[in-house]
Amino acid sequence: MELIANFAGIMLGGLSAGTVLFIVSVGLSVTMGLMGFVNLAHGSFAMFGGYVIVLAMNRAHIGFVPALALGFVATAALSVVLERLLYRRLYRSGELDQVLFTIGLIFIFIAGTIIVVGPESQTLQLPPALSGQLNLGFLQYRTYSIFLIVVGFLIGLGISLAFERTRIGAQIRATVDNRRMAESLGIDVDRLFTITFAFGSGMAAIGGGLGAEFLGLDPQYALKYLVYFLIVVSVGGLGSVIGVYYAALLLGVLDFVLKLYLPVGGTIFIYALTILLLLWRPQGLFGGKQT
Amino acid sequence: MSEVAAAKPVAGAGFAAHPAARVLMRRHRIRWWELIPWLAAIAYYFAFPHYLGFGAELLITVLFALSLDLALGYAGIITLGQAAFFGTGAYTVAMLAYYGIWTEPIGGLLAATLAAAVIGFASGLVLLRTTGLTLLMLTLCVTALLEQGANMARNITGGFDGLNFTITPVFGLFEFNPLFANTQYLYTLGVLFLCYAFVRTLVYSPFGQSLTGIRENILRMHAIGSPVRVRLIICYTLSAALAGIAGGLSAQTNDYVNLATLSLDRSATVLIVLILGGYGRLYGAFIGAVAYLVLEHFLAQVYPTAWQLGLGLLLVLIALFARNGILGLGETLWRRFEARRAAS
Repeated sequence: MELIANFAGIMLGGLSAGTVLFIVSVGLSVTMGLMGFVNLAHGSFAMFGGYVIVLAMNRAHIGFVPALALGFVATAALSVVLERLLYRRLYRSGELDQVLFTIGLIFIFIAGTIIVVGPESQTLQLPPALSGQLNLGFLQYRTYSIFLIVVGFLIGLGISLAFERTRIGAQIRATVDNRRMAESLGIDVDRLFTITFAFGSGMAAIGGGLGAEFLGLDPQYALKYLVYFLIVVSVGGLGSVIGVYYAALLLGVLDFVLKLYLPVGGTIFIYALTILLLLWRPQGLFGGKQT
Repeated sequence: MSEVAAAKPVAGAGFAAHPAARVLMRRHRIRWWELIPWLAAIAYYFAFPHYLGFGAELLITVLFALSLDLALGYAGIITLGQAAFFGTGAYTVAMLAYYGIWTEPIGGLLAATLAAAVIGFASGLVLLRTTGLTLLMLTLCVTALLEQGANMARNITGGFDGLNFTITPVFGLFEFNPLFANTQYLYTLGVLFLCYAFVRTLVYSPFGQSLTGIRENILRMHAIGSPVRVRLIICYTLSAALAGIAGGLSAQTNDYVNLATLSLDRSATVLIVLILGGYGRLYGAFIGAVAYLVLEHFLAQVYPTAWQLGLGLLLVLIALFARNGILGLGETLWRRFEARRAAS
């Protein structure tokens, strides 16, 4: 019984960390699938949103849910401005320019955060309803972790339903599959991209806020987790919501287990697995087309 | 082929006199301005005897950026994993010296070259099957793999705290440690010159031309029967070897190595240095390293946040407007100036 409880505890911890990775990365996957744009600065949007959420709660004493909404809106708005002004100029450039541009953006976000807020890391004050323990019958577990897993599942379900059932979802799928064909059919890819970019950045913001507990929240956030976000996206497959969901959960659990049992250098297995997987399937687990 | 051979004597001076041939031959002739960096490096030795440690660091950065230029600038391999080879070289030198196996600098450097080349060859063999984002990811993962491996084997590598060791004198004559910065500077300059001569010869050789061809149009290179993958792997291996030399030099001049030599930070920095100077043009590495390190040395110590902000803005501007760094910008301005002079 103890063994099962232990196992369940580890799984829940890993799944909740994976859920955060999913919420942050899902937008990155879709925008990369749509435009093939290598956006390394996606984590910066997560950080920006996380800061808005945490500061709104700690300094302006706004409730948890309104703060999340505020973070979503603020980050989506910022991303639209950046997309219209800067990103769009580089859609047709090579990957090198995109990599440079987004690394530059990361630095600007880091420096901006240090100047405006300060270099120290921020902590999320959980609302009392979420900060206790929940009795699952065979074990007690942190309510917040279970809340995260459920919320992540619902978000994943919602986004995949929207992908499958709505008009804009169909347009996104069509564009990911074949952008030229989609354009010739009259889909306004530019507008589509702006919308998904804003939505993806907003989701990243929520992920940044929800994950402040596990991942922490400091100016170096985007650089620290850059490799993880990219692993999730490339293992899951560009433009695949379900792929990102599975990849994120897998990575979350693996990371949790390895850090528990092999605290020094254990993450080496994650990188080794990623390399093997990408050599076996360069398009990722659920990706349809070769990137 | 026989027609060409038959035509040759008839044409008098032969094909060598053909204007196209003359242009092609002029391409790799040494220009007067190519001496400037080397003269500057020697002048620096006499002008700033108290900053030779910084000078050696500068030269090492040039070499590291040059190694990346070979892969990125000439062959068009977009990588964020050049630190893997830098770190391999650094750790090879460090561990050989720390365990008393080999403390002499030149032999250590050769070992570093070899080790980095082996890693470069092995990883290139599998990575270069892929392109684009996947390739970028794989180079990132290889570096992270090595970094975590070194972290895991902390009994041998010193892990997070790193290793301290001593290097014995060059040729048994010239003291080699951070107290003798003049030896270190001249030694580094010598190594850099040899590596530079190698790279310069390489990029102007038919092999180097085929690399440029691969960068510009890989499909066409396949179509004309060029062994694209083999060439890319050779280029990647050579680039890794050069990065290994840079890493080995860095370990030797500091008498110290730690995990930072294998970090993503290091890969990103060298990419920025090269881009700042201009890639695919040999001397971009020199200009970029000077611009980056001098700015960093003076700005970062005074106000690190402003340095990071400035660097970020610079990168965004370069990506958006100045496609090829300082040298590229200079070239564009020069062309404009020439055109205006021709018009008037």
